[in-house]
Amino acid sequence: MNSEITIKLPRCKGCGICVAFCPKKVLAIDELGKVIIVNPEACIACGQCELRCPDYAIFVDKKVEK
Amino acid sequence: MERSYEKYFRQNRLPHLWCPGCGNGIAMKAIVKAIEMKGLDQNKTVIVSGIGCSSRASGYMDFDTVHTAHGRAIPFATGIKMANPELNVIVITGDGDCTAIGGNHFIHGCRRNVDLTVILFDNNIYGMTGGQASPMTPTGKKATTAPYGAVDHAFDACKLAEAAGATYVARSTAYHVQHLTDLIAKGMDNKGFSFIEAMVQCPTSFGRKNKMADPAAMMMWMRDNAVMKAAWDKLPEEKKTGDKFPIGVLYEASDIDYATAYDHVIDLAGGAGK
Amino acid sequence: MSKARLMQGNEACTEGALAAGVRFFGGYPITPSTEIAETMAKKLPQYGGTFIQMEDEIASMGVVLGASLAGKKALTASSGPGISLKQELIGYAAAAEIPVVIVNVQRVGPSTGQPTAPSQGDVMQARWGTHGDHPMIALSPWSVKEAFDTAVMAVNYSERFRTPVILLMDEIVGHLREKVELPDAAELDIYPRRQPSCTRAEGYQPYAPAEDLVPNVADFGTGNRIHVTGLIHDETGFPVGNPKITREAIDRLHQKIAIAADEITHVEEYCMDDAEYAVVAFGGTARTAYEAVLQARAKGIKVGMVRLITIWPFADKAIKALAAKVKGILVTELNYGQLVGEVERAVAGKCDVKLCAKYDMTIFEPEEILSDIEALAGGKA
Repeated sequence: MNSEITIKLPRCKGCGICVAFCPKKVLAIDELGKVIIVNPEACIACGQCELRCPDYAIFVDKKVEK
Repeated sequence: MERSYEKYFRQNRLPHLWCPGCGNGIAMKAIVKAIEMKGLDQNKTVIVSGIGCSSRASGYMDFDTVHTAHGRAIPFATGIKMANPELNVIVITGDGDCTAIGGNHFIHGCRRNVDLTVILFDNNIYGMTGGQASPMTPTGKKATTAPYGAVDHAFDACKLAEAAGATYVARSTAYHVQHLTDLIAKGMDNKGFSFIEAMVQCPTSFGRKNKMADPAAMMMWMRDNAVMKAAWDKLPEEKKTGDKFPIGVLYEASDIDYATAYDHVIDLAGGAGK
Repeated sequence: MSKARLMQGNEACTEGALAAGVRFFGGYPITPSTEIAETMAKKLPQYGGTFIQMEDEIASMGVVLGASLAGKKALTASSGPGISLKQELIGYAAAAEIPVVIVNVQRVGPSTGQPTAPSQGDVMQARWGTHGDHPMIALSPWSVKEAFDTAVMAVNYSERFRTPVILLMDEIVGHLREKVELPDAAELDIYPRRQPSCTRAEGYQPYAPAEDLVPNVADFGTGNRIHVTGLIHDETGFPVGNPKITREAIDRLHQKIAIAADEITHVEEYCMDDAEYAVVAFGGTARTAYEAVLQARAKGIKVGMVRLITIWPFADKAIKALAAKVKGILVTELNYGQLVGEVERAVAGKCDVKLCAKYDMTIFEPEEILSDIEALAGGKA
């Protein structure tokens, strides 16, 4: 996994914008109507989810080699 | 990692009240990112909003903020700017707020070329009151007060701003977030009336009534129909049809802003330095 | 004292506002208040202030509220139809506690009415023009000099109580020219803009009331990053949908004026020492009423005059005391009968209350009031 995805769950309203714009199908909306990470390995840290999240609930950082 | 723009939000007021999938949150983030990009002083920047969904933004933003009355953001902002020209004054308004009840103030703000950055969150509907038609509801689109489709012709707020004397006019969408952010930042650079129309999706009130209840689908519609200004200008007229619309900097002019013009009046009257 | 000048009421009002520190005016032309805007257009830039002619009356009200939030003492002026248009934002100023003065040079109404003719028909509009429960301060001058004085008072009260104040002029005083000697600015007590008593770091709350129940709301641009709204809010300034806070907020708005009512309710008495009857009058009409009182005195009627300078809050105490003293009260007003209702309420049946009303474009003749005084006194000398 090349990325670190942070989710601020209290802010998420489950609108599904991040899910729709993720090119690698990393994200889904769970039964409680919040975003979940279903395929972390596929994340390419493109940041499309973070860019368009209307609720500032999801953040993606590229993993930095230490 | 905590994002640096979070410092511009009143954290204890979040999450915001906007519906799931509403584009207002995207536009509000574009504004704070533009503020950060331009390095505006948080203590010398004022957010002025009217009434409606868009205008709740002022409560979430950690600046001096004023949530005025319906349609009246631009007069308040004009007073703030003229009383203290060192303040950066940003107006957040909606399509109903700006072009219906506040329409007269909008065109006269443009005419005076007051140094304001006005961002209109255009969701094509009155959202806060439950989905009534606005002057920017496209003809034929449905609303609770247009159950058979809107009869009225819609305003093109950008053309209105240009014709009325604004010196910077731009449009972008919630889909084109980075572009929108850049256009707002560019508007802040203009010393004069800058108008940016931010097209935002309203899945709850506009979308549901018009077979577009999915916010992501509404954003894809923006992606598929927005045409960058340079490309738009090259399009033959017969292709500027359907849902297509131009985005980008639509108009720019150079003119003296109102506070500077009034400084000349103060000089003439002998009041300089008083 | 500066030297004597011939001056119009509207002009004196402008001079008073400037002396009290007004540095921002937004307005829209309307008869018979226009001279205030015209004088401001000329004078404000001489003081380094700002005059702006707005696109309409609503914008004029909005622009002065914005200027006040940014730290400038601000004033607008209009007449009945314009004041009607400003009402929503007058309520905003009351709710968000923004200091501002609104001058209403009254003319005959309703609607366009008689634009150049005098009236005092906006007494109740001044009190109840905007929607919802709110306090209001309104002052009404009877002379050119007093137009200056009440303008100073209006600005001071707006700042002290952080509330809109209406300067209820009438066309009689607005267009009257008299010789006046205006005091120098240094002779005046000017209430400064209230300042926060602690910093943001120390937990500053912009709408927390001070001891006098008035909040020290910071000016924009001073690093306090406050939120201002017309929604009912708590001391943080942010809206709260809560019955207790709603009640407390509306209570405080009223209480901050009520606890100071004695201080701000100005009444003057004339020939009242031995009076058995009284005329209650205000504004330009009081000039004629005073002449009628003198004529009645010459005929041996023991009548005096009580003149209200402060119209709102209403002078309940003074009128109650009056009712205990005299046999009858004649209320003279240039309208169909507005203030008389308040007088009757305060008198509560303790003495006779009669109305001398006029609403036909013309001002009172002393004889008209005199004959009503005579009728009140039962024709007895």
